[in-house]
Amino acid sequence: MSLSELTALELGRKIQSKEVGVKEAVSAVLDNISKYDKDINAFITVDKEGALKRADEIQDKIDSGNFKNPLAGVPVAIKDNICTEKLLTTCGSKMLNNFVPTYSAQAVENLQNAGAIIIGKTNMDEFAMGSTTETSYYGATKNPWNTEHVSGGSSGGSCAAVAAGECYYALGSDTGGSIRQPSSFCGVTGIKPTYGTVSRYGLVAYGSSLDQIGPVGKTVEDCAAILETIASYDVKDSTSVKRESYDFTSCLNESIKGLKIGVPRDYFAEGLDGEVSKAVLECAKVLESLGATVEEFDLGLVEYAIPAYYIIASAEASSNLARFDGVKYGYRSEEFNGLHNMYKKSRSEGFGEEVKRRIMLGSFVLSSGYYDAYYIKALKTKKLIKRAFDKAFSKYDVILSPVAPTTAPKLAQSLSDPIKMYLGDIYTISANLVGIPAISVPCGIDSKGLPIGVQMMGNHFREDNILKAAYALEQTKVYQMPSISK
Amino acid sequence: MANIIDDATIEYVSILAKLELSDEARQKAKKDMANMLDYVDKLNELDTEGVEPMAHVFDMENVFREDVVTNEDESEKTLMNAPERTENGFVVPKTVG
Repeated sequence: MSLSELTALELGRKIQSKEVGVKEAVSAVLDNISKYDKDINAFITVDKEGALKRADEIQDKIDSGNFKNPLAGVPVAIKDNICTEKLLTTCGSKMLNNFVPTYSAQAVENLQNAGAIIIGKTNMDEFAMGSTTETSYYGATKNPWNTEHVSGGSSGGSCAAVAAGECYYALGSDTGGSIRQPSSFCGVTGIKPTYGTVSRYGLVAYGSSLDQIGPVGKTVEDCAAILETIASYDVKDSTSVKRESYDFTSCLNESIKGLKIGVPRDYFAEGLDGEVSKAVLECAKVLESLGATVEEFDLGLVEYAIPAYYIIASAEASSNLARFDGVKYGYRSEEFNGLHNMYKKSRSEGFGEEVKRRIMLGSFVLSSGYYDAYYIKALKTKKLIKRAFDKAFSKYDVILSPVAPTTAPKLAQSLSDPIKMYLGDIYTISANLVGIPAISVPCGIDSKGLPIGVQMMGNHFREDNILKAAYALEQTKVYQMPSISK
Repeated sequence: MANIIDDATIEYVSILAKLELSDEARQKAKKDMANMLDYVDKLNELDTEGVEPMAHVFDMENVFREDVVTNEDESEKTLMNAPERTENGFVVPKTVG
């Protein structure tokens, strides 16, 4: 077994016991990056020099007993919409192709305080708008299981990098499924935490009421440990929530006997691939055999989540992305005629097609005369969807479902029909609207050789329920890496 | 109830969005937006009479703090990424005659 095949926690333990040196661990993933990333394109920036330099510093502190965190010395990749001080942060956009943050996101600070080593910044759909990482200005990220297929998105770079052994774990962000769907496509585990759990300070905003940073790892246990490290109450994020508990790891070994699992019948309807459906329902059986109770139910309102989401997310995006004007940072057009024209030309040349499409839709739904009909209507729908989930969680601890209707599609097949692409978010989007935690765990391989993921959603602040169910399920399987990294 | 986005509407939207569209992009934007509105009009099937619009999932109120300076002068950091700057300011095209 090569060093890069270890999980983050396995490596962390070997580092603590001096069996593996930090520099050795960094070199192992740098080697994989140089071997695989010209094909996979998971990274926009690789900070080889910075990572090797930090490896020495961290090793010294570990040797002197100052770093006890299980992730100390373990190399991590960070999605490129999460600010890293002195390290290029592009958001997958031409607009920010020269943006070097002067501060780090709180989640990154938390990782660094734990002794993590940032290996680089990962590719993503431009400003996190997309489901395939094909809207990136820096080229698509390919799926490590089969490079003719997409990695998923928008955190496609983070998930592909973990799957390919180009890092031991990664941070992603999830606004409508952007951690869970690429995790599913790349055969890794990803969590979108309860809204407000991880500070959004330093996360470049897309849809502020929906965005959450979360972990991507090889195992549930890794993800729980990462979440425990990055989660914190932060006065710099006014939507940060002071949780009663930031312990996400003690729950893992709890029994799932008596855990009530609901399977929404309306998620297993038209449009769901047969192999995905079978693999996901098989997980329900496994959990039942481990002592959980499983029941089918009707969630309701499923087909209204996507339209509500695209109104809300686009509205927030149009407001959030107004800051990119060619004055304070980022791209400025070379030729313009006056201030107003400079704004327009910088934005038109700096943003890609999907970003412009959403900014325009958002501007429209917020404009006078349409605000009530679209934006307010969507917020009312969101309330109804929340009620449907509240009702479900009054009966169940966990809602089990597919992550995506299919496994990873081939490259260049998704962008031509945006609405069809949006429909692929049907199972993930509600967790963002409702603000609940959700996890994606690998649960099988389809006949094309591509990974299938299962999603588990829990009620607000009940990460413990989904973590212990996911962990119990994971113990019944052997983690598989794509052949590229073997 | 297919939506039709006319030239005046897309012009208005591009002013709000501060985007300049080529003729080709304008035609595509009109079509894309009309398709998207047709799709999201699905929400009209729902009776939302009397439902409170929900902006945030938790009943959040404004988070206030004392207006106390906690950081040092960060003007150099603020200007560091500017496309064009002077020693202590952003440079923009002339806006007054």
